[in-house]
Amino acid sequence: MAVKNLRRLRRGERRQQTDSGFPSTPTDVVEAVPIDDNDPLFTFLLATGGPIEVERINLESPALSEIRAQGVQLIVPLIAQGDLIGTLNLGRRLSDQPYSTDDRKLLAGLAGQVAPAIRVAQLVRQQEAEAKERERIDQELRVASLIQQTLLPKELPRLAGWDIEAYYQSARAVGGDFYDFIPLTDNRIGLVIGDVTDKGVPAALVMATTRTTLRGVAAHTDDPGEVLFRANNSLIPEIPPAMFVTCLYGVLNTETGELVYANAGHNLPYVRTASGVSELRARGMPLGLLPDMNYEVLTARVEHGETMLLTSDGIVEAHSPDGDMFGFARLQKLVGGHEGGPDLISAILDELHRFQGFDREQEDDVTMVTVRRLSSALESATAFGDELGAIASFKLPSASGNERKAMDAVAEVAEGLGFSGERLQRLKTAVSEAAMNAIEHGNKGDPALLVEIDLLANAQKLLVRIRDQGGGKPIGAPVVPDIEAKLAGEQSPRGWGLFLIERMVDAMRTSVDGHHHVIELEMSRGGN
Amino acid sequence: MPGTPFSAAVRQEDGGSVIDLVGDIDRNAGDRLTAAYLEAVAGRDQGSPVVLSFRDVDYINSTGIAVIVTLLAKARAEGRSLRAWGLSPHYQEIFQITRLADFMTLYETEPQALAVT
Repeated sequence: MAVKNLRRLRRGERRQQTDSGFPSTPTDVVEAVPIDDNDPLFTFLLATGGPIEVERINLESPALSEIRAQGVQLIVPLIAQGDLIGTLNLGRRLSDQPYSTDDRKLLAGLAGQVAPAIRVAQLVRQQEAEAKERERIDQELRVASLIQQTLLPKELPRLAGWDIEAYYQSARAVGGDFYDFIPLTDNRIGLVIGDVTDKGVPAALVMATTRTTLRGVAAHTDDPGEVLFRANNSLIPEIPPAMFVTCLYGVLNTETGELVYANAGHNLPYVRTASGVSELRARGMPLGLLPDMNYEVLTARVEHGETMLLTSDGIVEAHSPDGDMFGFARLQKLVGGHEGGPDLISAILDELHRFQGFDREQEDDVTMVTVRRLSSALESATAFGDELGAIASFKLPSASGNERKAMDAVAEVAEGLGFSGERLQRLKTAVSEAAMNAIEHGNKGDPALLVEIDLLANAQKLLVRIRDQGGGKPIGAPVVPDIEAKLAGEQSPRGWGLFLIERMVDAMRTSVDGHHHVIELEMSRGGN
Repeated sequence: MPGTPFSAAVRQEDGGSVIDLVGDIDRNAGDRLTAAYLEAVAGRDQGSPVVLSFRDVDYINSTGIAVIVTLLAKARAEGRSLRAWGLSPHYQEIFQITRLADFMTLYETEPQALAVT
């Protein structure tokens, strides 16, 4: 610290004062002469400690030659806390008399008072500068982390039969990690994980550009290789030359578990299978380096009960206090040793913290995404706790008789949730009636129009949402059919559907918008 | 899973006529059920009841309820007693909810249904 201060002084921030009359006018002030700390004069003055006549110094010193040339007669070293922080250089006395012993005493006393004061001023100025620098860095970090937080998904996708978890923890110097979920058509979703080489605001901006580019391209082509090819070409002019982006892009079919993927140099995903861990390996160059790169496209399949793990290199490149790297082998072993449930992320974090030491600052961003295909409807329903999670969905063409298919499909899932006996029968009747209404009234029996059925559940209840394409007209409140009037032929014998549904379930809700009717059936999971 | 096609067979018993219903009762069952009813009552006097056997019926939907309401209206217009047995607890509940059971007595067994005069 002392050396730094000295250097500042030597850079001439402070001017050395000469006495009046030197060299030509009494008020003349000359430029400060920097004294390098390997100049012998530096050590000499520090050792001398008090005022000294220039003519008495006999040293091979560049600074001394300069000082001499300025006509300086007396050098008064300013020493604080054992460090030379400056000098007071005086020219000839106005009287042309040599400096007396009293003069030198006075100057030595003055130097003794001034030096600590200057030192304090230097320290204050230094601290102010450091505080300003810290503030600037903090501000930049805030901006970078704001960009990142804004662009990372706010919510995880809720997919029937899947449990998706994500973890992101930025390092102090916010890196360029990102992940994204891109909704696609036909029960498919785009999975993205990536990492920009660099940190701070520049990395965050490149991450933002990459994310937007991928989203844009993914909307136009299904082929992950083509997505990366096009993203690469559009990113090249956008990315500073020293930066690039590693990125994995996969398209997951949530019905079949099929994953079509391509990889632009990102860490390989792991899939925890019943027999061990497999790596999803596809070759490709990082984005933003060279134009017209081709990306290998491979297909994998995530089976029921299997978990896929996507990571950034903040995990494998973490260091222990001894300097060892966490490494892929350790991560792979961890994944293999875990049963693959939603707590895989916390298991990896525990091990990571143990490895790098709990009190040490995280070196790089750590990002993880787990994509688990649930093994059963029951597991789906319990995976969400109190929150309602999508556990299954079906789409059926509006053909007569398909209400039976809807009924059987829902019943199968409900049985998996523990529904049985009377309550299962009631649910079946309600679903059959609601699906029939959707087919016959909402969709007017047009086989081209679909009836969409979504099942959501939590630990307490099951919701069945049945949606048709016949919006516009509201669904009337169920009226209690008047059987006497029907038997007397005064009323149509029909009109039982909505009434029956309402009596079968714990709660029934209907809604309508410009395009759809939705009927929601709620059944408590207790009492089976 | 497609449903079981509907069929209805008539048996004449001492206490009345029995129609053995098999399969799904929905709107498609209407014509066949009416025909079976006509066959069942042919040659029987007005006081002879018609008993519907639901033992082999697994599925009745609201359009099937409408078919039964139509048949019940016809029987009541003729002053004939229409009875039922063999309904599963679930459909017994539905017959209660719809109040069909108020106009068509439900029995546990076929002999019970035929025993009442």
